[in-house]
Amino acid sequence: MADFYHKRRRSNAVWTVLSYSATAFGLGWLVLILWALLWNGLGGLSLDIFTKMTPAPGVEGGLLNSIIGSFIMTGIGVLIGAPLGILAGTYLAEYGHNSRVAWVIRFINDILLSAPSIVVGLFIYQLFVVPFGHFSALAGGLALAVIATPVVARTTEDMLNLVPNTLREAASALGMPRSVVIQRIAYRSVRAGLVTGVLLAVARITGETAPLVFTALGNSLFEWDPRQPMSSLPLIIYDFARSPYPEQQKLAWTGALLVTFAVLGMSIVARVLTSRVSSK
Amino acid sequence: MSDISAAARSDVSIHGAMGEKIVVRGLNFFYGASRAIKDVNVSLRDRKVTAFIGPSGCGKSTLLRVLNRMYDLYPNQRAEGEVLLDGENILSPGLDLNLLRARVGMVFQKPTPFPMSIYDNIAFGIKLYEKLSKSELDERVESALRRSALWEEVKDKLSASGLSLSGGQQQRLCIARTVAIRPEVILLDEPCSALDPISTAKIEELIDELTEDYTIAIVTHSMQQAARVSAFTAFMYLGELIEFDETSKVFTAPREKRTQDYVTGRFG
Repeated sequence: MADFYHKRRRSNAVWTVLSYSATAFGLGWLVLILWALLWNGLGGLSLDIFTKMTPAPGVEGGLLNSIIGSFIMTGIGVLIGAPLGILAGTYLAEYGHNSRVAWVIRFINDILLSAPSIVVGLFIYQLFVVPFGHFSALAGGLALAVIATPVVARTTEDMLNLVPNTLREAASALGMPRSVVIQRIAYRSVRAGLVTGVLLAVARITGETAPLVFTALGNSLFEWDPRQPMSSLPLIIYDFARSPYPEQQKLAWTGALLVTFAVLGMSIVARVLTSRVSSK
Repeated sequence: MSDISAAARSDVSIHGAMGEKIVVRGLNFFYGASRAIKDVNVSLRDRKVTAFIGPSGCGKSTLLRVLNRMYDLYPNQRAEGEVLLDGENILSPGLDLNLLRARVGMVFQKPTPFPMSIYDNIAFGIKLYEKLSKSELDERVESALRRSALWEEVKDKLSASGLSLSGGQQQRLCIARTVAIRPEVILLDEPCSALDPISTAKIEELIDELTEDYTIAIVTHSMQQAARVSAFTAFMYLGELIEFDETSKVFTAPREKRTQDYVTGRFG
């Protein structure tokens, strides 16, 4: 008995150490990545980054056009993707349930969630770049919307499934039409969760490069017009990181730092909001 | 002419005082293929409390959910037969469900305050049916809260979340919410089973007062509660209505052996 007990203790200790090591291994890389970004990118962080355009080789410059481009294209992606995703998720949770249609939609949504983003880029290229004859921020935003929609749809469905059925019944028992029950009661009780879904989608598409390569293309000039090619932070990182000029390499590091911390910040906010929903 | 109207009036008064608010005839209910209620005939007297008792799974909650067509939310559930509310069959397909539910309110086993302020919890339902000024609305909210014996406890924190109240207060808030839209019938589905004895006593007192204006049906697992609050009692078993009579008769001189066994605690 004592023997058996000590054996259990030993095996417990071994597995505990292994679990901690695995966690440390995973976290270690994250720390290294953040460290590398800070080390290489922080030095380049200056007012110029936010006021000057991306430079030609051998000249000093900033990232203004890329930052603005990122905002515009992410904005287009979210403005299209979030409403679509919320509506789709609402259909799945509130109307579709276990119907065949819902099952098919859920299946396709899961495929879209894990679809390689370069394929999405090529798809939009065929649909919106080839017919119009040139690259545009609009096409880039659309590609991002295709990526954002399934993320929002999934979180919306998951969140609405957290709404207790008794609450829906209670609302219906007052004679509320279904649409009012959903908008005023169900959405309201998981509002933070819905915001989280949108934030996660924003975080996801902020860092996307592949869908933009064939759609927005990039642009070294400042551009507001969404019908024109546009730069974005991931695109400029992709360009400048391969450049032989040290000024451009440095800008790539700083851009990477900005994107990473923006995404990290949004993920943290999303996490905090989610924990508030589930603890209620 | 005057004879006819006199007769009509006396008919109305009979209908009002001793009349039957809801008449259930030949009701069958199905969850998919399984039949949960079998040929039930029962009626709810106007402005009386009718209690539905019986062991778990006997169909009493299901019956209650037919009376406001709550089951309509779920695709696989279906009722056959007739349920007459003031003579009108509420099972007929063309019926406006939301208007029905405005007339037949329901309070559930678990308190279900909406995720909004105490005030809005009550105002929300009213605003679905009536366009009132702010002061009229305030008045309606207050009177609903007074009716539910909650006003004194919440009058200083109407803007606090409904979820911040205790379980018993939440349940009274739900009753207030139901009363506020002025229904004719109130269905109570085990309203006290999640509450402590003091809250239960308060709710029972409230039910007593509400009988002045409302026809009430209550499903309960507590025989004592049925005996305390109801004028009529229906005993159900395995989807059938075994006995339906005045509460005093059901509890002291039941006609059926099964009723006697149940109310004396020999099974169930």
